Amino acid sequence: MITVEKLKKNSAKTPADEAKKSDKYYYASQWSLMLRKFRKHKLAMVSTYILLFFYIIVIFGNFFAPQGTEQYDGKYVNCGPTPVHLFHEGKLVGPFVYGLKSERDPETFMNTFVEDTEQIYRLRFFTQGEAGGEYKILGLIPCNLHFFEAEEGGKVFLFGTDNMGRDLFSRVILGGQISLFIPVVGMLLTLVLGLFMGSLAGYFGGWIDTVIQRMVEVVRSFPQVPLWMALSAAIPKTMKPAQIFMLMTVILSLVSWPDLSRVVRSKFISVKKEDYIMAARISGAPAHKVVIRHMIPSFTSYIIVNMTMSIPSLIIGETTLSFLGLGLRSPATSWGVLLQETNALETIMFYGWKLIPMIFVFVTVLAFNFMGDGLRDAADPYK
Amino acid sequence: MILTVFLISFAVFYIITLPPGDFLTTYIGRLTAAGESVDPVMIENLRAQYGLDKPFVVQYWMWISNILLHGNFGYSFSLSMPVTTIIKAYIGPTMALSLVTMLFTYLISIPVGIYSAVHQYSVGDYAFTTIGFLGQAIPNFLLAILLMFLSFKLTGDTMLGLFSPGMQNAPWSWAKVLDLLKHCIIPVIVIGMNGTCGLIRTMRSQMLDELSKNYVMTGKAKGMKAKAIRYKYCVRAAINPIASSIGWSLVGIFTGTTITAIVLNLPSMGTIMYTALLDQDMYLAGSWLFLMAIVTVIGTFISDILLAWLDPRARKEYLKG
Repeated sequence: MITVEKLKKNSAKTPADEAKKSDKYYYASQWSLMLRKFRKHKLAMVSTYILLFFYIIVIFGNFFAPQGTEQYDGKYVNCGPTPVHLFHEGKLVGPFVYGLKSERDPETFMNTFVEDTEQIYRLRFFTQGEAGGEYKILGLIPCNLHFFEAEEGGKVFLFGTDNMGRDLFSRVILGGQISLFIPVVGMLLTLVLGLFMGSLAGYFGGWIDTVIQRMVEVVRSFPQVPLWMALSAAIPKTMKPAQIFMLMTVILSLVSWPDLSRVVRSKFISVKKEDYIMAARISGAPAHKVVIRHMIPSFTSYIIVNMTMSIPSLIIGETTLSFLGLGLRSPATSWGVLLQETNALETIMFYGWKLIPMIFVFVTVLAFNFMGDGLRDAADPYK
Repeated sequence: MILTVFLISFAVFYIITLPPGDFLTTYIGRLTAAGESVDPVMIENLRAQYGLDKPFVVQYWMWISNILLHGNFGYSFSLSMPVTTIIKAYIGPTMALSLVTMLFTYLISIPVGIYSAVHQYSVGDYAFTTIGFLGQAIPNFLLAILLMFLSFKLTGDTMLGLFSPGMQNAPWSWAKVLDLLKHCIIPVIVIGMNGTCGLIRTMRSQMLDELSKNYVMTGKAKGMKAKAIRYKYCVRAAINPIASSIGWSLVGIFTGTTITAIVLNLPSMGTIMYTALLDQDMYLAGSWLFLMAIVTVIGTFISDILLAWLDPRARKEYLKG
């Protein structure tokens, strides 16, 4: 970006610089032109930063989450979010939380938690937390450093707790590990399947094309989510979470490859007639080489756009399935699993904070949509 | 088309047989869990009736021929009645809800799309585009929960089911019809949201394409009124892609109905399919999946005919071969 700014400043000075600038533009590779165009799409840039932020938090989830997946505190069941304060009676204390008192509502006899303004618990950062327990960074290096924690005796629940007394903030982060990575893995599988089928159909045509088009038609005739539901109902309930994770990605991609394969196929058909493909063929390049070296690179950008656009539907798929209890199950966490609790009426009436995971699903899906939109505009930089 | 239906039925039957063990083992497990004794003779009879000891292709043949010749979709073990009876009981409300939603989708999206295109970059256009984006981004079930939450906050009623608790068994009256309509608002919005937003965007871009074409200029030069050009020519041409996507929009509506029915607890096939899936009652779930896919195929077929009827160019191309 700096170089571009510099060029802009200099461009007004001499015609020679002007020529240099346009040279730079014309000599720039396709990818750098795309990057330049993508940066102009403000919404897409903001979305990209948001997504980067989410993914970084989630990758180091155990560090940022004050509680592990299997920990709970029976004393604080269905406790509302505890606000973090800076001032106590007008004096700056730094970030702290008040203690919690349990009270019974005189009318509904429901247990509620109120702040006890007598007690102050400061937040401490980068603690060797015992509450959060040990974990392994990226599954390799053991560590028990945590980003923040309340002082001895205090409790901080940024997003409140669920009906087992688990900290929702931690669960959102740890659930994100699954909700944000299932779509990526699923998308990669979709990519492999879609590219393979699409290129077979587009390159060879004839009966192979007919067969594959029929398959596409059959899969597309099913409503997506009910088909996902039916397939994942077949997952045995006794499976380990890791196995369920893998099976779910397979199921998600089995249903979503046809769209990509259609794009790939139509691109293949239009590229096949180009002269340079003919030249490659005449000079005796084998089919797989023509496809991989010459044809696919010519529309990589379209494939990337298509992949980004397909991620939202995979996120929605995973959350919906887990929400319905057909995907991952407790104690494994994902945003869909967290939202399961909101399906009960009293949750919506009394424990509004349990809808917080919903915001994350929404923001992620929206961000991927905008990013895809920006990529689509950038995919054709010569326009 | 017939080949597609055949392939679909094959896929559905494969899904039905997917869960480990056949459905009789599930059934026996269920009976013994309930403390009932299992009659081995009856089990043998059932096994023979469904051909569970035979290879996959034979089982498939028995299943499909039962459907085609006798309209018999198999037996639901979770509800202990034939699947056909269940489908007959629930298909009415389900289809009614889907059709109402479709109507709603087209009634909203076409005028809004035209408005957005004609008043491009106006405040209204921006507002609709934003809503369109949000509507496509929010998953169905979240929207349902959100609307439930809002309706509880605003009116103190969560609008679950199709009737208020007191109205369920009341005789039909105006009050009951009104109650029904009131309970339909949320489902229709939720189911229609995705489709409507998609269609608004298609309609808008199609209209914009048409409005910039030369014949519009010619019309203007001849002194035609802008409105006449717009509604007589542009809309007619712009509506084609919408008509040809009716079949595919059915897919979205079915997805929506299933999820919404589960969240809002509506008496429709979606809820039935969901409980069936949780119980691995695959005949029931599979039959409904099969029916949805068939309806979609028929929908695509109808939209092809519709396109040929609406657009002379498509008709010509078809006749040419």
